[in-house]
Parts: sequence; structure tokens; C-alpha cells
Amino acid sequence: MQSVHIMSAYDEELKYLSKRIAAMGGHAERMVEQAVAALVNADPGLAQKVIRDDAVLDEGQREIDDKAIIIIAKRQPMATDLREIVGAIRISADLERVGDLGKNVAKRVVAVIDGRQPTSLFRGLEALANLALTQLKEVLDVYASRSVEKIGFVRDRDDQIDAMYTSLFRELLTYMMEDPRNITSCTHLLFCAKNIERIGDHATNIAETIYYIVTGDQMPAERPKGDKTDKISLSAALPAK
Amino acid sequence: MTELDAEQKGMAHAIAVRLWQSRWLLAAGVLAVLIAFAFASVSAYVLVLALFLLLAAAMLPAGGLRQSAEDASAIEAIGLQRLSGEYLAAAVADPLIIFDHAATIVHANAAAFAAFGGIAPGISLPLKFRAPEMQALLDSVLSGTVASDVVDYTEKLPVERAYRVSASSVGHGTDLYVLVFKDQSEARRIDRMRADFIANASHELRTPLASIAGFIETLRGPARNDPAAREQFLQIMQNQTGRMARLIDDLLSLSRLEMKPYLKPGTEVDLRQTVDSVIDSLAPLARENGLVIERDFAKGPLDVPGDRDELFQVFENLLENACKYGQSGGRVLVTIAHADDGSEPGIEVTIRDFGPGIPEEHIPRITERFYRVDVETSRTQKGTGLGLSIVKHILTRHNARLSIKSEVGQGAAFSVYLPAH
Repeated sequence: MQSVHIMSAYDEELKYLSKRIAAMGGHAERMVEQAVAALVNADPGLAQKVIRDDAVLDEGQREIDDKAIIIIAKRQPMATDLREIVGAIRISADLERVGDLGKNVAKRVVAVIDGRQPTSLFRGLEALANLALTQLKEVLDVYASRSVEKIGFVRDRDDQIDAMYTSLFRELLTYMMEDPRNITSCTHLLFCAKNIERIGDHATNIAETIYYIVTGDQMPAERPKGDKTDKISLSAALPAK
Repeated sequence: MTELDAEQKGMAHAIAVRLWQSRWLLAAGVLAVLIAFAFASVSAYVLVLALFLLLAAAMLPAGGLRQSAEDASAIEAIGLQRLSGEYLAAAVADPLIIFDHAATIVHANAAAFAAFGGIAPGISLPLKFRAPEMQALLDSVLSGTVASDVVDYTEKLPVERAYRVSASSVGHGTDLYVLVFKDQSEARRIDRMRADFIANASHELRTPLASIAGFIETLRGPARNDPAAREQFLQIMQNQTGRMARLIDDLLSLSRLEMKPYLKPGTEVDLRQTVDSVIDSLAPLARENGLVIERDFAKGPLDVPGDRDELFQVFENLLENACKYGQSGGRVLVTIAHADDGSEPGIEVTIRDFGPGIPEEHIPRITERFYRVDVETSRTQKGTGLGLSIVKHILTRHNARLSIKSEVGQGAAFSVYLPAH
């Protein structure tokens, strides 16, 4: 919990910042959820809505930047307060990127509708999105509760997301090799998978920022690169027959 | 000491009440004594004695105390004073959260803790409920533009839930507000289930149906007079209808599970007994496949909270898979062990086979519906592609984890981690 300042207006300003962050987080979660739903259900209307909603996040980030800079100038914050404000700037930037990635997924919906892909691919994407969204949700819940001692789950789930992404990558590659007509839509789906995987990474970044805000230390740095797509070549992806 | 004090205080209070109740009678008595004193010349001692007697008589407990309207209202006032908001909130079955003008949680009842978790007093509500419609609801009630408001709110993860949320201010000038969540998930889920069922069933049932249709055509045409081919085709058709029946069974049991994502708390399951009976029920299949099932159970009680039938299905599906796909290993090892390496103590059940194993790239995805590592093997083993999906669903409901370790050529180990409490 935050300590109380003599100037209650200062407290109000800090509270306002974290409230705006939460609102941005809610919007970002909703956008990603709807973008993936639009992709899986082939719903261009919903995709258009997601694309329009991105403006809300851009606006949110600008506002948080402005407010944070004004607070720094006016109050000369120290220690926790300073970390809180700098953290807000960083988290809002991450959330804005999450929104952009969601918007990018939504933009590809129309291109993917043309060539229908096997449903198993969409199930895989949905499962990947569920992992990434759970990551984002739990991280933002920690922002609310400030219980950073439980933040270890972030690393575990990051590994799961990477493993899932690698598996999808492989599968998409196989489909492309089977039939060149699949290449267009599979490439779009590949970008969608990449975007969703990046959303998980941004959630991990936010977790690190929250850890820094609360403890003042950096989160212990051991983040081996988990996705192994850099090692997949054509011969490795070919099913051995 | 304090008890005695309280008793004395109580008695004094009772006497005062009694005196107050008989105040008119007492006043009349005092007046009569004073008049008698004024007219008859008796000594002052007699006067004091008479007054004292009167007072004593008034203090004696009255036999039949009439229950006046005054008393009834007093009971109501005292009763409501004793009623704390906390008890009232606890008596409400729906999740309920009380918060102040800064949208900070003041109190949340047990149902709210169970449904959302991580909502201690002092946490800011808009940080916990971030969905845009919830933010709008909180804003409109806190800004005072409306006294109360209602929105529909859905949570997608970890299990899909839908609520109708109403927010309103409590009384006048209390500076407190209340959020009440009414669960609407059931109706929502029935709708979804129907859509899902049609999508999955139509896709998966089409393959066997197409093959049956093809064979019927052949039987009526080219193979009309070929008894050997007819027998063979009929056999294939029977296999296909069997597969369709199994598929429908599995789809139904998955749908039933999705209908009730919450577990009734309070029931305990003895894992030793459950796993034993699973092994017994699958012994014929193991013998048929030439497998030996080995057990390695930890000592002591192995109880976890959960639903016995559902956990039975989990271990049945896992062991059945081990028997079917790990046939070449010759044995299956079932272990139950206490595990408390993580944040909470629990029990880990591991089912390990020594068959061909699962390639690494498939492991993250084998719990997806209809995902098959090898379509051919799955078909010959009469798999529906739903077994692990059902396992995962049940475990999510039990707040449990499934972890899969496998190396090609070394077999596969499926570990179920169940939290003890």
C-alpha cells in the first residue's frame, strides 16, 4: 500500500495514474480477446471494431505520459513514488504495443477468410491466445494487489507460450509445403501467432516493471530465449516418412 | 472482576427500569404519605420509614410485565445495532463487494473471494475489474450521476463466466457503495455448448459418415454379388459406426463438464482407493496388450478435495492412453507421491509408460480437442481425440495441473498435481 502524503492532491494524482493504467489494461485485454475471436469465427465486423478501438489506447498512453511528466515536474518525487511514476510510463507503453499487436491480428482477418484453413490451426491459435491473455490478466492482477512474491508464474507461462508458438510455426510450415495455395493465408496466420507470442512477452515486461516498482530491485535476470523457431529448417519441419 | 461489575451494572439498570415503569404509582404513594404526614402529626422517623417501604415495594420484580409497544421498537433498534454489515454480507450467497468513494474495497464476502480471488480490503476496484464496462459502471455510480446501475460483465479466463453486476450507494451519506454479482453463466454456456457441439460434431462425424456412405454405394453397385467383399465392408462399416458412437459419448461428457465449471467444495477423495480401482478396471486391457501395471504409492493418507467420479475419469483416460500407446514398453508405472516443492503442498500422481514417446513439438498441443500426434495410430486404437481434452478440463476445475514429460524412444510421463487443500 502507498504511504500517505501530507498533500492529499499528490496521492490523488498517483491514484489517478494507476487507475488509468488499469483502464488501459482492460481495453488491451478486450482488444486481443476480440481480435482472436474475430479471427477464429471469421468475423470482419468484429475485426473492424477492434481496429477502431486502438485509438483509445493511443490516447491513454499520451495522457499517462503527460500526467506523469507534470507530476515529476511539480512534486519532485523520490523513491517509491518516482518508481511508481516511471513504471506507469513504461507499462502504458507496453500496453499500447499490446493494443497495436491486437489491431494487427484484426487487420489480417479479411485476408485469412479467403482461404479456409483446417480448424485445428485455429484451435492452436486460440490456445496460444488463451495462454498469452492469462499471462496478461495475472500480471495486471499483480499490479492491483502488489503481491510480487508470486510473480514466478510469469516465467513458467512464458515457456509454455514459446513451446506452443514453436509447435504452431512447425505446423504452418508443413501446410505451406503441402500446397502452395496455402501460403498466403498461412503466412498471415504465422504473423498472427507471432503477434500473440509478442503479447506474452510484453506481459512479461510489465511483470518486470511491477517487480521493480514494488521492490526497487530488478527481477533476477535469467531469460533464456525459449522459442526454438530460429532452429527450424525445411528439412526439420518435414514429417519423416 | 469485570464480570461482577457488569452484573452489578445490569442489576442497577433493571432496578432503574422498574422504578421508571412504576413512576406514577410511586408518585401517588409519596403524595399520599406526605398528605398523611401533613394532617396527622407523627414523627419524621415514621415518614422516612413509610417512604422507604414504598420504594422497596416498587423495586420488587413485578409479576406480569406487559409488553408495550415501546419494548418492541427497542428490540428492533437493539437488533439492528447488533447486525454488522459483515454478517449481512456473509449471509448473501452472491459475490458482494463493499467499497468507498475512492473505489477502494472495504469488505468482500466469502462468495466474492471464492469467485475472484485476490481481493483483499484496501485494493482499488478499478485495478481489479479492468473491463471497460466495469470501469464505466464504477465511474457512473461514484460520480453520483445515478444512484444505481446494472451492466453485464463476462470474464473469459480461466473459465468463462458471465455476471449481471449491479452497483448502488448504501443509504444516505454513508460514503459506501456496494457491488453485487449475479451469476448468468449457465444460460450463456448452454448457448455456447450448442454452437460448439454442432461445430465439433459436424466436422468429426463427417469422416466416418462419408466412409459408410461410400461402402453402401459399393455394396449396392460393383460388390453386389461378392460375399467375401460384402463381409469385409460390413465389418468396416460396423467399426465406423462404433467410432461415431464413441465420439458422441465423449462429446457429450465434455459438454456436460463445460456446463458446470465450479466444484462443490467439501468432498474429499481417497486417491489410493480411486487409482486402485482404475487399475483394476483396466487390468483386462493391459493383459490383452501384454502390459504389466506396477504401483508405487506413498504411505499415509492420500486425500484431496475433489469429485471422485471426475478424478476417476482423469486417471482412467491417462492409464488407458498409456496402455494403448505405450504397448511396446511392456510395463506401465503408476506413482502417487506427496509433493510440496511449489508454493502449496499437494499430491502428484504420475502415469509413466515406456513406449515410443511423444515428439517434443506435439507436447504443448496434445490437450487440444481432436489434436492427434499420429492420426493412423489413433484410429486403430479407437481414440476419439477428446480423452486428454476431457482430462484437462476436469483438472482445471480442480485447480490442478497436468505436466507432460516425454522423450522420443523413452516413453512418456503424465503427472497430475492436485493441491491438498
